[in-house]
Amino acid sequence: MTDPEAKRILEALLLISDKPLLLDQAKEAFDSDFQGMDLRRLLMELSQEYAAANRGIRILEVAEGFQLVTDPNLFRYVTRLTHRVKTVRLSRPALETLAIIAYRQPVTRVEIEQVRGVDASGVLDTLLKFNLIQVMGRKEAVGRPLLYGTTREFLDHFGLKNLENLPSLEELKGIAGAAAAAPVQEQEPINESAGSNSQSTAPAD
Amino acid sequence: MSYKVKLEIFEGPLDLLLFLVKQSHLEITKIPIAQITDQYLRYLELMQALDLEIAGEFLVMAATLMQIKSRMLLPPEALTPEEQEEPDPTQELIQRLLEYQRFKQAAELLSTMEKNRLVQLSRPVPPDGAPVTEAEELMEASLFDLLNAFSQFMKGQVSRELFHEVIKDEFTVEEKVALLRELTRQQGRLGFTELFGGAHNTSEIIATFLALLELIRLKEVVIRQTQLFGEILILGNTDEVKATA
Repeated sequence: MTDPEAKRILEALLLISDKPLLLDQAKEAFDSDFQGMDLRRLLMELSQEYAAANRGIRILEVAEGFQLVTDPNLFRYVTRLTHRVKTVRLSRPALETLAIIAYRQPVTRVEIEQVRGVDASGVLDTLLKFNLIQVMGRKEAVGRPLLYGTTREFLDHFGLKNLENLPSLEELKGIAGAAAAAPVQEQEPINESAGSNSQSTAPAD
Repeated sequence: MSYKVKLEIFEGPLDLLLFLVKQSHLEITKIPIAQITDQYLRYLELMQALDLEIAGEFLVMAATLMQIKSRMLLPPEALTPEEQEEPDPTQELIQRLLEYQRFKQAAELLSTMEKNRLVQLSRPVPPDGAPVTEAEELMEASLFDLLNAFSQFMKGQVSRELFHEVIKDEFTVEEKVALLRELTRQQGRLGFTELFGGAHNTSEIIATFLALLELIRLKEVVIRQTQLFGEILILGNTDEVKATA
């Protein structure tokens, strides 16, 4: 199978995915003889082709997968047609709690409360309900408290490729001040490493 | 007034301290403990005067602050050897504030990322939900912004009040809840000071303020401000501004 053929298949898979398409899922759809193809590289190339062609839709690398999304600049047009837009914006306490969990995971409720200085049980329930966090197990300590961590839905909600994509707390000092003024560019579907990859990786046949 | 408003404790003593630090325009590491302690206690008094249910954490922090303050007044020799061995409580508090502030910054960044992600739609779009039509950027105002605005407002009222000693409890919080509900529905938004425009006396102002807190608790209204420490706006809680948790 040639690269363009594989890309056609990936494009079709992206269209029917309601969640970010994971590489493992994509592999399942391919015939067994083509298991060796570097689907990640192909998806990144496809993403770049979309961006370069300046189409109304983009391929976003998010939540450890890839997803077809509308160009953010077209938001106002899109919302005129469909009123069914996800509007869940988290409250400040929820965001703070989520930030602590994201950076400290796995973390217990008491550890979260030590940082914020207030009870966290209500917020934790909400975050669990929204599937933004999950129970990771129990801590080997007195009372064996539950340990919480973030989910793939968390990555999706904030447009993060993966957890490593979060800026470190030290980096944050500089970023946070400017965050409101200059939106972060995390969700640009362009990947810097894709170009060099495509030349160095031998076609898999 | 027997009406007790139980605010959900979404903000704690550390939020109040950071709020006071921000107001003082000083760095956390340079906070004047004595001054901040006094301000902190004034806010607690105000919350008590309004009969708000104050979380135990606020009182624990008040005790810590007063302990630090009194310790600073003592010469180092006056401390017992054990006390001298202990970590400096001021430094401990500063470390906690710095740590919390860092996570607040992280939360701010997440909020920006969330906003950027929301404008990239995929299919199928989830059912329900209303269109996002945010013409104007509004910041979430905190409980302390609200208390601050309220105490500022009350300062201007006191002198007027001196000659009206006869105060009957003719205004109930329930009535004011109904009135505010109606007003926000009709007008969409209200300015904070507008709320008290027609108020006759302090008791009416307090009833109105408690009604506002009650509506916030019921998530029927949200409070926003156009800028840090700016005028507070009361908005009906439509999907547009809906927040969770």
